[in-house]
Amino acid sequence: MSGGRVGLVAGIACAAAVVAGPFLPPWALFLVTIALGKGLVVLGLMLFLRAGLVSFGQALFYCLGAYAGGGIGRFFGISDIFLVLAAGGLVGGLVGWLLGFLLARYRAIFFGLLSLAMSMILYGVLVKNEALGSTDGFNVLHSTFLGWRPSNEWVRYATLLVALGTCAAAALLVERLLRTPLGRLLPALKDNEIRVEYMGASARRAIHVIYVVAAVLAGIGGALVGATVGHIDPEMAFWTMSGEFIFIAILAGTGSVLAPFLGAIVFGAIHTVAFDLSPNTWQMSLGIALLLVIVFLPEGVWSLFTRRRGA
Amino acid sequence: MQLVAVLMDGIIYSSWLFLAAVGLTLIYGVMKIVNVTHGSFYALGAYAAASLAGAWIAKGYPPMLSYAVLVGAALLVTVVAAPLLERGLLRFMYAKDEVVIMLATYALFLVLEDVIKLIWGVDPYFIAEPYGMMGSFEVGGLTYPTYNLVIVGAALAAAAGIAWVLQKTRVGRLLITVIHDPEVSRAMGVNVDRFFLVTFTCGSALAALAGALTAPTVSVVPGLGVDIIVLSFAVVVIGGLGSLPGAALGAVIVGTVRSVSVHYAPQFELFIIYAVMAAVLAFRPRGLFSAPEARKI
Repeated sequence: MSGGRVGLVAGIACAAAVVAGPFLPPWALFLVTIALGKGLVVLGLMLFLRAGLVSFGQALFYCLGAYAGGGIGRFFGISDIFLVLAAGGLVGGLVGWLLGFLLARYRAIFFGLLSLAMSMILYGVLVKNEALGSTDGFNVLHSTFLGWRPSNEWVRYATLLVALGTCAAAALLVERLLRTPLGRLLPALKDNEIRVEYMGASARRAIHVIYVVAAVLAGIGGALVGATVGHIDPEMAFWTMSGEFIFIAILAGTGSVLAPFLGAIVFGAIHTVAFDLSPNTWQMSLGIALLLVIVFLPEGVWSLFTRRRGA
Repeated sequence: MQLVAVLMDGIIYSSWLFLAAVGLTLIYGVMKIVNVTHGSFYALGAYAAASLAGAWIAKGYPPMLSYAVLVGAALLVTVVAAPLLERGLLRFMYAKDEVVIMLATYALFLVLEDVIKLIWGVDPYFIAEPYGMMGSFEVGGLTYPTYNLVIVGAALAAAAGIAWVLQKTRVGRLLITVIHDPEVSRAMGVNVDRFFLVTFTCGSALAALAGALTAPTVSVVPGLGVDIIVLSFAVVVIGGLGSLPGAALGAVIVGTVRSVSVHYAPQFELFIIYAVMAAVLAFRPRGLFSAPEARKI
């Protein structure tokens, strides 16, 4: 899908949400906003998947972003949604940049396991940290929008609009990144890294760059989810959270920068419906869905669209 | 005095970790699968043991035999579930990428979590008799439940048993050839599929056994398997995935570090385990006991 089409589809989706938003029930707005936040994290994972890497610890940056966004409210009283998202992205990116020096040297299962260790370190720190509420976490301030403080009815809609704008911008930027020489390098890395090095490109540098980009995206996503839910806790860094992101990434496939958002919405829908129908077996439904995707749709749900067009 | 406590706790916790994690490294060594269902088998073992041993004692049968029931329950549940998973699902995944297989086992883990809830419900199970019956012993003025020695003994027996099978028996030697090169082994007439099936069952049985032996010391609740997975990962990754001495060393390192932390700096208890894992990986990317791997050009 070309950059123009990504913009077009994203624009239509945004316009549809802007028009339909006020008429939708608050829980639907809530679910879509959460899905968009998780979609941002998965957009970063998609970059990894293109390079043949899987991170089992992306919850690290998700949680960092949420705590950074919630933290500026808790300690400085800042509740502006744009500053909250910026804080999440900034802290995520900074930690990602530092960790990237180490992680960019790792491949295959070891990349996954080391990132898992990193996210569990954060989890271990947070559950024992009294100042940050230890296992209970803490509540996030009611969001404000450039000084405007919407009522409880409108805050969901306003947050959704900000989320849509952020996600559309992120999708377009990542789409551009994929068109740069560095972006083109990613499938080559997956294919054969040593050849890439022989051609004079640096695999480590490319992976470091996408590592930082993914960290920024996950940080913003975490801050967004934290602000939407109104509460954050250390579970956001636990390995099951990273598992959920990989789940969505596999569900979505790497076919397009919009796939992660579609995947996150499909995931949210399966989760909500399964939980509603049978609270004790929703995990089973998710597990079966994941197995079906692995076996029958190895390129993810997005391939349903591209395959039909190709036929 | 505190040193004795640190040492004792370290030994007990290391033994438990080894028992819980060794199956993971066995399965990875042979099949190259990072098996997330390991945690499910741990939980399955715990549930089967708690419910069967509980029924055994409630019926008034000799309580001394409840230890045999614990072990029997773990073996029973694995012999049913493990071949079903391996033959029914996993074997179709072997051609896929290592990471994709890991995701498939993650999916199975999610399914099994709910299967456990469907079979045993969501209420906790308690089976304290085998734990309480043994009494306690004293080391340096501190009292320890004697049951802990069962865990230490089981870990030592598991280590010795695996080492003996691998090095002294025909099956073990054949298994080493399978580890080295499944394709050539197959060409030489080794039934690799059967080795995969048996390895998966044995590795899972070790997890179930660890769960069954842990059941008397905890309340058996849903989500039991979730924590054990990352802990087992930490242990086997520190030692080097697929290495048995590595799993033992990893268990000792994590067990000791945790014991020291619990006694001297309890706020770092959880953090320190993964910090050690990250530190080891930072300097030995493939763990402490790992063979160098050929680069493919």
